[in-house]
Amino acid sequence: MEYVNPEGLRLDGRRPMEMRQLRAEIGVISKADGSAVFEMGNTKVIAAVYGPREVQNRSQQLNDQALVRCEYSMANFSTGDRMRKPKGDRRSTEISLVIRQTMEACILTHLMPRSQIDIFVQVLQADGGTRSACINAATLALADAGIPMRDLVTSCSSGFLNGTPLLDLNYLEDSAGGADVTVGILPKLDKVTLLQMDAKLQMDTFENVMQLAIEGCKAVASYIREILLENTKQLESRRGI
Amino acid sequence: MLQSKSFVKKTKQGRVVKVVREHYLRDDIYCGAPLCKVCDVAASRLSSTASTILVVDTNVVLHQIDLLENPAIDDVVVLSVVLEEVKNKNLGVYNRLRALCSNSQRRFFVFSNEYHKDTYVKIETGESPNDRNDRAIRVAAQWYQNHLGSAVRVLLITNDRDNKKKAVTDGILAETVESYVKSLGQPALLDLIVQPPSDDVTMEDAEDLRPSKRKTIYPEHKPMSEITSGLHRGIYHQGKLRVNRYNPFEAYVGSESIGDEIIVYGRTNMNRAFDGDIVAVELLPQDRWQEEKSLAIANDEDEEEDDVHLAPSSADDAPRVPSSAGDKNAMPTRPSGRVIGIIKRNWHSYCGSLDPMPMPAGEGGIAHALFVSKDRRIPKIRMQTRQLGNLLDKRIIVAVDSWDRLSRHPSGHYVRTIGEIGDRDTESEVVLIENDIDARPFSSQVLACLPPLPWSVSAEDISNPIRQDLRHLRVFSVDPPGCKDIDDALHCMLLPSGHFEVGVHIADVTNFVHPGTPLDDEAATRGTSVYLVERRIDMLPKPLTEDVCSLRSDVERLTFSVIWEMTPEAEIISTRYTKAIIKSCAALSYVEAQARMDDSRLMDPLTTDLRNMNVLAKIMRQKRIERGALTLASAEVKFQIDTETHDPLDIGMYQIREANQMIEEFMLAANISVAKKILEHFPPTSLLRRHPSPTKEMLEPLIQTAAAVGLCLDVTSSKALADSLDRAVGEDPYFNKLIRILATRCMTQAVYFCSGDLSPPEFCHYGLAAPVYTHFTSPIRRYADVIVHRLLAASLGICRLPDIFQERPRLTSIADNLNYRHKNAQMASRASVELHTLIYFRNRPTDTEARILKIRSNGFIVFVPKYGIEGPVHLMARGQKEGGKWIVDEQQQKIKKIDGQDSYGVLQTVRIHMEVVEPQPNRPKLQLTLI
Repeated sequence: MEYVNPEGLRLDGRRPMEMRQLRAEIGVISKADGSAVFEMGNTKVIAAVYGPREVQNRSQQLNDQALVRCEYSMANFSTGDRMRKPKGDRRSTEISLVIRQTMEACILTHLMPRSQIDIFVQVLQADGGTRSACINAATLALADAGIPMRDLVTSCSSGFLNGTPLLDLNYLEDSAGGADVTVGILPKLDKVTLLQMDAKLQMDTFENVMQLAIEGCKAVASYIREILLENTKQLESRRGI
Repeated sequence: MLQSKSFVKKTKQGRVVKVVREHYLRDDIYCGAPLCKVCDVAASRLSSTASTILVVDTNVVLHQIDLLENPAIDDVVVLSVVLEEVKNKNLGVYNRLRALCSNSQRRFFVFSNEYHKDTYVKIETGESPNDRNDRAIRVAAQWYQNHLGSAVRVLLITNDRDNKKKAVTDGILAETVESYVKSLGQPALLDLIVQPPSDDVTMEDAEDLRPSKRKTIYPEHKPMSEITSGLHRGIYHQGKLRVNRYNPFEAYVGSESIGDEIIVYGRTNMNRAFDGDIVAVELLPQDRWQEEKSLAIANDEDEEEDDVHLAPSSADDAPRVPSSAGDKNAMPTRPSGRVIGIIKRNWHSYCGSLDPMPMPAGEGGIAHALFVSKDRRIPKIRMQTRQLGNLLDKRIIVAVDSWDRLSRHPSGHYVRTIGEIGDRDTESEVVLIENDIDARPFSSQVLACLPPLPWSVSAEDISNPIRQDLRHLRVFSVDPPGCKDIDDALHCMLLPSGHFEVGVHIADVTNFVHPGTPLDDEAATRGTSVYLVERRIDMLPKPLTEDVCSLRSDVERLTFSVIWEMTPEAEIISTRYTKAIIKSCAALSYVEAQARMDDSRLMDPLTTDLRNMNVLAKIMRQKRIERGALTLASAEVKFQIDTETHDPLDIGMYQIREANQMIEEFMLAANISVAKKILEHFPPTSLLRRHPSPTKEMLEPLIQTAAAVGLCLDVTSSKALADSLDRAVGEDPYFNKLIRILATRCMTQAVYFCSGDLSPPEFCHYGLAAPVYTHFTSPIRRYADVIVHRLLAASLGICRLPDIFQERPRLTSIADNLNYRHKNAQMASRASVELHTLIYFRNRPTDTEARILKIRSNGFIVFVPKYGIEGPVHLMARGQKEGGKWIVDEQQQKIKKIDGQDSYGVLQTVRIHMEVVEPQPNRPKLQLTLI
């Protein structure tokens, strides 16, 4: 199948180096300490953060740092065919772990010993790149909750189809069977905190694909920063400063 | 950048699901006209002087692609909605359209109207997708007119009456294809237009109106839904229709559901199916199987004659004889059926000429003519032309458009003229076109991949650690005389231990042909060099084939070498593979090499090497034969061509010398060693070559013929067959060779395959009795060898394995293409030899000796060893099957004169007279008569 036509357009009209439209909203769940909705095209993810709070299960308490927990789930209506998915299947356990590790790397856990931070992410609508969208949503929610972080973590995926590196795969491109590289970075520190790839790639093409994903992450970071700034301004005006 | 999430679509994947996809609309899609002031003109494709820009409708592309390919039509805007529709309806046309769009000589521009913010149209409620697409085309045409202003006329070409009407109402200029082409004032172009089905009247109407004149000739095709349900229930069988190359009224459908081939006799039963179509077949009741067969032959009045042709060299190009031919009374064992529907058409364009016909009285008017394809499997095609006088003695290309059930012949249209019939160049081109061989010169992109010329081995190459310096060795090559693309050379050295070091050095083509380059892609599509009698069509550009890669004498060349250490008993002790640099000291011909070995006075080192190698080769050959390798024979002929006129001066059998066998032996050994090595390293992705064991049925004709002369052959294994072939010695010396030739043509050809697709026992090469085999030794002229070189280099860790080896399906498709190209190349060579045989005998009626191969009801088929051809000798006139002066016993394969004077049997020698006759003007053929 032709994923990039000779005119250089992808199936949905994007060019290879273009991302889908981003949209984000902060503070969508009032009960949570921090929450956010993040959209990448038709992929829509909601994240809620509780904490830092007292550790619920005392045996898990860490005396030198905070305990970060993460739960990922997909809404039953998130894909086209409504399917009841068992909770805690392999896929969601894996993604939970990936998100937890990525977020843990940027939260300054040592500042909050003997406490617990819960991150809940749920996919409302899935159209490829859910992993990245979850991480971006979680970053926003953590920032909203005011949890101290080293830097924002942002994530984006990229792939390689028809001999062209493609940024931000949608579901159709994701299921084409080519490689799918998901990268998470700390944009200010310029460090990679997450790197996943299924399928195989040549070493040199991989470099290109990964570089493209990093560019994507940086674009997401600048967008997220904008959103946070705007949010802060609103908070300011609400407080009447 | 604009965006709208508007594209909502329902698709069916077993069940109905709603699919929501994003659809981004853009403002950076340009119009492609260089005179545009708004758009970026860097990528513009249309001409700056064009006064008219054409926007084509989908139906125009689908039906008139031949017209679009004509250079007279240019400055065409192809909309992405049209591309998409064409892709869904006909992939072949889509590929041709894409080729047009990417051809830099033509001015076709693809405008992505579906992604442009101004030309995207949303489907309206109650509007059918078809209407929406038509509207999108009109909107795009209108946008173009507004965008480019009055300087340019934007013309919508459509044959859809409704679309045209609406366009005119919208204020868009619109014309039909016919009126546009007429306005161009080139009458020859009009022939390219496909005539729309005569009227819009339906079948029933036509029958009602003219019941006497138009009678239904073919049964109706069943509707698709009925076919699908029939296939499900097992009443119908699906498969690809293959028409017998030698009898166009007989076709086979290989059906998986029955596990056997279904025979379809006669045009009525074939029901308008062409060779290569995917059809649905219904089985006939068993008692009608035989009856249908005789009926089919009697019914079709235009039954054609067998022609004299080149003796086949394998089962793939031999006529297929139904096994039941001998015993007429027995129940036929193979099912026969009739086509009830065509699932997928395999129509393309065909090469041939018009049926001779008198010129109609009115000059210049439209004439109807019948087109006869060169390929006998294709029925005659009805066509219209305005240039009949021009075309009558020409070879032309015609494309098929339709075949309705009221007409005996399919209708088609003229595409282009190749040249005059009988002209050698024309006929050679026909051979190339018929076999799908690309003989165009290499494109500039391909030539750009060549190393800078003049090329010589650089210091870099010499210092490269992966390359061993073997320039000190006494390397030489042995090839046919006049060979310019020398891809193999050898050396042989006596080691102090008493063992021999034998090296096979193969041109290092992969050093110049890198994966993924245009050069590599071109070579992959061409697949192989094609050798015609008077010319060679190279797989790689000439500088590579004849200079840079060719291992000529006294120049340093890069090679990929296989080096063995062998005992004097030809036992391989160790094998080494390396890239190397050599300097060949002599490029010998087979004759020279043979003469050196035979001349006992010569004692120079080179001759000694030759003799040593010959001794080793003989032992290796003996061992191979003991393993069960078959010594096969074929009747290859060799032409002597006049250097000035390129006419054949003489033909004769190709002579095989000891030197040929010696080289062959070492090449086989190298191929086997390499096959083992790559299979060991890359078990799932090696490219190997296998030769399937022939089935009992395939060997049946051989056994029958042998039995007729009182010979019993054991065909249980290749070893048994080889032994019994050795024992088959008749009273005359040629007998054994003849039997071997017959054996060879019973077998299929060896094929390339990807090792992951089959299980190891199937890798076996029957003819060579080798468990694994591949092609390594001719990378200049075969692409398979290039792939094997890459595999071998990767297995040695010299270079990385290219991407394609990571995808098995792609490797499989490469192997399939190689097999297809290989087969075509062989067919083309054979056709070329046939053509030259005809030219040779044109002025030289000859008497010669021939062997009877098979007795038929009206004569026999003979094989002429001297010229490698075979053909029918008719003892009785056609139609007169019984009576006459001869009594035929097909069962015993004997033919006798009524007065008992003369009798002939199979394999007997007869004297025949060969002469070229022209039963119809411009259609020469070779005729054989008994003296």
